[in-house]
Amino acid sequence: MITVESLTKTYGGFTAVNDVSFTAATGRVTGFLGPNGAGKSTTLRILVGLTPATTGTATIDGRRFTELPNPGREIGVLLDASAQHAGRTGREILTVAQRTMGLPKSRVQEVLDLVSLTDEEAGRRVRNYSLGMRQRLGLATALLGDPHVLILDEPANGLDPAGIRWMRDLLRGYADRGGTVLLSSHLLHEIEVIADDLVVIGNGRIVAQGSKAELLASAGTVVRAKDRSALVSAMESAGYAHIVDPDGSVHTDATTEQVGSLALAARIALTELRHADGAGLEEMFLELTADTQREGVAA
Amino acid sequence: MTTTVLEPTTLDAAPAVIRNRVAATRIPLTRIVAVELRKMFDTRAGFWLMASIVIASVLATAALIAFAPDESLTFENFSTAIGAPMTVILPMIGILAVTSEWSQRSGLTTFTLIPNRSRVLGAKFIAALIVGIVAMLIALVVGTLGTLAGSLITGLDPVWNVTVTEFALIVLGSVLGMLFGFMLGVVIRNSPGAIVSYFVYTLVLPPLLGVLAVHQQWFADLQPWVDYGYAQIPLFGGVMTSEHWQQLAVSGTIWFLIPLAVGLALIRRSEVK
Repeated sequence: MITVESLTKTYGGFTAVNDVSFTAATGRVTGFLGPNGAGKSTTLRILVGLTPATTGTATIDGRRFTELPNPGREIGVLLDASAQHAGRTGREILTVAQRTMGLPKSRVQEVLDLVSLTDEEAGRRVRNYSLGMRQRLGLATALLGDPHVLILDEPANGLDPAGIRWMRDLLRGYADRGGTVLLSSHLLHEIEVIADDLVVIGNGRIVAQGSKAELLASAGTVVRAKDRSALVSAMESAGYAHIVDPDGSVHTDATTEQVGSLALAARIALTELRHADGAGLEEMFLELTADTQREGVAA
Repeated sequence: MTTTVLEPTTLDAAPAVIRNRVAATRIPLTRIVAVELRKMFDTRAGFWLMASIVIASVLATAALIAFAPDESLTFENFSTAIGAPMTVILPMIGILAVTSEWSQRSGLTTFTLIPNRSRVLGAKFIAALIVGIVAMLIALVVGTLGTLAGSLITGLDPVWNVTVTEFALIVLGSVLGMLFGFMLGVVIRNSPGAIVSYFVYTLVLPPLLGVLAVHQQWFADLQPWVDYGYAQIPLFGGVMTSEHWQQLAVSGTIWFLIPLAVGLALIRRSEVK
């Protein structure tokens, strides 16, 4: 489990990360969302000890990353797939990591197979890699030590659709087998498909967090009745705020249970009673980060 | 049409259940040193830089045999000829061992696998030291072969006019040059910047200080104590008095130890981007 508590990072007068707290639970995929420059990468870099926090703590299973005796064996990290010595071959980069962690040599070939890099590609120097290949290599480095926690910054960047599907299945399987995954992305569809929990950050602050189901569930109920005026007056007397839609349905903040009981008591026959459609992740994201968007398109 | 099968391969190599596993042992320093040594050789640039130690030694030896008068083919002259390219190549190796982590951004991986940056830099220091000493041993072997070859060609007896002590002092001088490069790498953390600084230090600074010493008597007296390069000259002359050692220690503290300590303190606190 990853626990971030009251994390703040300031650069001179600029606050990049402002009192951020969240957890990423074991066995779940936690999506870390936010517009460009919201503080996602800074938070992840603080988590793995590359950037010192101004105040606050970030721990993994109760320990700071920098206290781990051999972090690669416990936590797989991919922050920037392009941050590699361009003159090394893919295989050599994995070999250096394998030796540092003290793993058997065979592990390098295993992860190369896992991320579907061929022998010919592994023998190529990284300067000749496409972004997608770098991303696969970075994921291979993260998975090399057989860690139980994965911390990935924009792992889907540069992957083709098949690659994205592959990564999604890999991470899903990984979490289902008990691993912890924290991944940041601005590719909302990816996050929506893969994440169990969401943490949304904007301007360095957490603007929403919770399970995906919770966050995407919309408030309210849609109800229809043959005798709409009776329904409306019953709701008025019960004090439920409501709107009558042009299509004839009534939208209310009350739960389906409250509306159902009300209709029963008032002896009104309902023709439809359901939860309102959930807003998509995109609407939620734009709404939550509206005041932090550069374009100001939201709201 | 072929179809790429994506799913099955992903799960086979991984264990069925992922458990929290605490890595028991700290990564030993010897392993980090071995990895850092490997990283000095495993790129094309790194490989040729290392190979250039041998190539430059052989070329210098061959040039001496080809162009120098017969009576000059002494071991001392071979040492000097081989030593000249070494004083350039070794500091470059020292610089790049450190700066490539920042210039190539591989530090992002290095420092997440080993969060203790002092240990990584300590390992790099030891690795650079090993390379420096081995390079000088290679120079010794090439110089010896050159002297023997020279004597075979000229028919004169080989002249072994360098004592063990003198050779040890030359090794020390060359290694100090290399470590100076290492220090610049730590302080500047940028390959071109550190390399330019090294050449400013070795090529631009000495004549300026020389001019100052000629015109200002107070500086002429002070120079051996504050000019690190000047204080190293006796190392290559083969005679070190106790005053020379003191001058080397004082100037070395100013030009090497203090900047190195400041650089290390900054690296420990800096952000790795």
